[in-house]
Amino acid sequence: MLNRRHLIAGLGATAAFGGAIPALARASGARDPRLVVIVLRGAMDGLSAVPPVGDPDFSALRGAFPQGGDVKLNATFSLHPSLANFARQYQAGQALVVHAVASPYRDRSHFDGQDVLESGMTAPGHTESGWLNRALLALPGAQRANPKGLGIGGVTPLIIRGQAPVLGWAPSSLKPADADLPGRLQMLYGESDPMLAQTLKEAIDTGRIIGPNSMAGSYGGPGDPKTMEAMAQGAAKLLAQDDGPRIAALAFEGWDTHATEPQRLARQLQGLDAAYAAFETALGPVWKDTAILTVTEFGRTAAVNGTNGTDHGTATVALLTGGAVKGGRVISDWPGLKPAQLYQNRDLAPTTDLRSVAKGLLAGFYDIPESALAKDVFPDSATAKPMQGLIA
Amino acid sequence: MAQTLYDPAIALSRFGLGASEQGAGEQGVSAIGDAQAVLLSEIAQGPPQPQGLAATPDLLAQVFAYQKEKRLARQAANAHDPNGPQKPGRDDNPVRPAVLAEMSARFDGTVTSPVIGFNERMTQFWANHFAVSTKKNQELAVSAGAFEREAIRPHVFGRFSDLLLAVETHPAMLLYLDNATSIGPDSPAASKGKSKDGAKRGLNENLAREIMELHTLGVGSGYTQTDVTTFAKVITGWSVARDNDRAAASGTFVFRAYAHEPGAQTILGKRYAEGGMEQGKAVLLDLARHPATAQHIATQLARYFVADDPPPELVTHLRETFIRTDGDLAEVSRALIASPESWSPQRVKMRSPLEYCCALIRASGVSPKPQAIEAALNAMGQPLWQPAGPNGFPDTVAAWNSPEGMATRMDVANSFADMLARRRPNADARALAQSLFGSQLSDATATAVARAETQSQGLALLFMSPEFMRR
Repeated sequence: MLNRRHLIAGLGATAAFGGAIPALARASGARDPRLVVIVLRGAMDGLSAVPPVGDPDFSALRGAFPQGGDVKLNATFSLHPSLANFARQYQAGQALVVHAVASPYRDRSHFDGQDVLESGMTAPGHTESGWLNRALLALPGAQRANPKGLGIGGVTPLIIRGQAPVLGWAPSSLKPADADLPGRLQMLYGESDPMLAQTLKEAIDTGRIIGPNSMAGSYGGPGDPKTMEAMAQGAAKLLAQDDGPRIAALAFEGWDTHATEPQRLARQLQGLDAAYAAFETALGPVWKDTAILTVTEFGRTAAVNGTNGTDHGTATVALLTGGAVKGGRVISDWPGLKPAQLYQNRDLAPTTDLRSVAKGLLAGFYDIPESALAKDVFPDSATAKPMQGLIA
Repeated sequence: MAQTLYDPAIALSRFGLGASEQGAGEQGVSAIGDAQAVLLSEIAQGPPQPQGLAATPDLLAQVFAYQKEKRLARQAANAHDPNGPQKPGRDDNPVRPAVLAEMSARFDGTVTSPVIGFNERMTQFWANHFAVSTKKNQELAVSAGAFEREAIRPHVFGRFSDLLLAVETHPAMLLYLDNATSIGPDSPAASKGKSKDGAKRGLNENLAREIMELHTLGVGSGYTQTDVTTFAKVITGWSVARDNDRAAASGTFVFRAYAHEPGAQTILGKRYAEGGMEQGKAVLLDLARHPATAQHIATQLARYFVADDPPPELVTHLRETFIRTDGDLAEVSRALIASPESWSPQRVKMRSPLEYCCALIRASGVSPKPQAIEAALNAMGQPLWQPAGPNGFPDTVAAWNSPEGMATRMDVANSFADMLARRRPNADARALAQSLFGSQLSDATATAVARAETQSQGLALLFMSPEFMRR
């Protein structure tokens, strides 16, 4: 205890000098990395975010969605037009896409999928700590001097909850609002309660409740593009400080696009893209030491459903951007989109383990032994080798 | 219907305050076990009694003192007296702290402590039946909670006539319906002429009318305007003591003989001899025993707990129990829960905003600040102890099922989902749905919750589900 108290006092002294004394991690001239993970809750459609327009079977599956305006990444893949900043970062060699990626979870429940994605376990039900928090605990001494966890939002995302202390921050404008709730209630009441269904319909018709097809947004909730940008800005300001946190987690909502996907996804992706730009701007000189990994619990069906949306699927994309990223490429062992190539004849098949991406990123930034990554950070993940060469 | 008789999930929603995830031990529906036994024990024990709150005379004395300070300061200011008393500050106003303490004692106390909450629901029913409003003036604002504690709670499972007498002699009711200043036209007080402010003082029928129309017989049950006026004369002199009263301590009930209308009176064909305050008590006792009162109370209870158009056999059973037991409210309550008609599995009632708020607090296990609960109740249209009139808040589906109400409930449901997710980040909405609704969880709700995009969305869906909105 004495040692720890001593250390805390020492850190306090450093902060009091306004950062004039270089932090331990940088004393050796080593990089002082910033790692950000953005969790997209609701299962983001990778086939719309990074459409494989060069795949001969793509247009048959997705013809119902409007095409065009996409930014070409290579012969196979384009980028959704909403992701303009990400496209710029890609062209600058700072952003990359991992396609046909999935966590070990193979069922289609959001709750369980998010548990597995964030806990880093192989099955749901382990919600006491997240893999980013265990990564904080696994950092070697020199790198542990400064890195502190940062959880953004009303509730700290599971991915960074755990034993290691984590700062919390949320924009003051953040409200408990959910743009998707009225549409889901319409379905529920429609099935079970005609009176409440009628009342809800009147509330939507008279503008008292913003209906599911409105573009007015979720007024300040974590699915509102403006809130996404505000969360990113706040996180970046803290990460940019000399004695600030170094590893942050954010969660954006509103990706469960069962209906009118083109309109809704365009809006959500604009929010995500604005968050990327906000990070780049607010991190300023330390953008070059930054990597932002964006993940989601699973992908969506390869084919469009009957309500101009897609249903719960399996593989999707992981997006990686930041000045420290060796970007300008799409990493994919492309499985193809013919019926027999789809997972259970319906979803993009997973060919890359998302844990390999996360482990590769941690290994690229920190001196965490591979054994600790395979045992403590992602238990039972020895077969998912860290992906090499993600960090420049 | 047999399999739903004493179903714990129905007991919680129809007769109680909703399943609770508060505190340690068994949570949700599974905390109930034998619903019949729990309901009977809540009747036997009576409602929980809030502790440590000031009594009405103390609360009114504080308000009187505050008003006097303000008056003296105003007089000094008008007289340009720089050495006179200063205007009391906002912090000196006793009303707000009293209201917040009363709210905390309910929403972080009597609402959360009962296992089912039949006793508390009965308290809410009678407090609304004998409604007062905090909006009337500072005296009512400070004492409405104390009125509920002192006049309602002790008698919820007692005799109706005792409840009625406690209510009609409570300072809050006498002030709310203006009887405190009502004066018999032929009383000594009236013969003294005008009051200090020059206004002619006289008879006020307000309380007498509402006792007959709302509290006992019910509108259209056969009493006449003459009965109302005569009854008003009978209860002249039932008042509240002020500072300068020598007869009683400030803020307590006082019978002012010099304001009481002298002489015998005839009401509903019966003659009541002069007897001071005893004359009014005799009338109240007869009103409590009147068959129209039994019919009125039986209908209201059945409507409040079971259905807007309650099964006639249930109303008849409650009325006959009321008459047979001379208004024993424990017996009437036992008759209500023993009737198979009360246990229909259909949820035909809608939770009022107050019931909805109580259910949210118990289901979420969070204890919001009283200011937050107050804001939620105000937004949903049922501010606590603040109905528009002495008829209280309505309790029909039509009254609460509105687009505006749906919108505000959605905001409140979102807030509670958010608070719960913050307090218990590992909360699983699917498990909570099962825990809260038990046998009553529908496939549609279970599926909607399981398919939610986030846990807090799942929780909000749960709080907006038909199982939670209705009872």
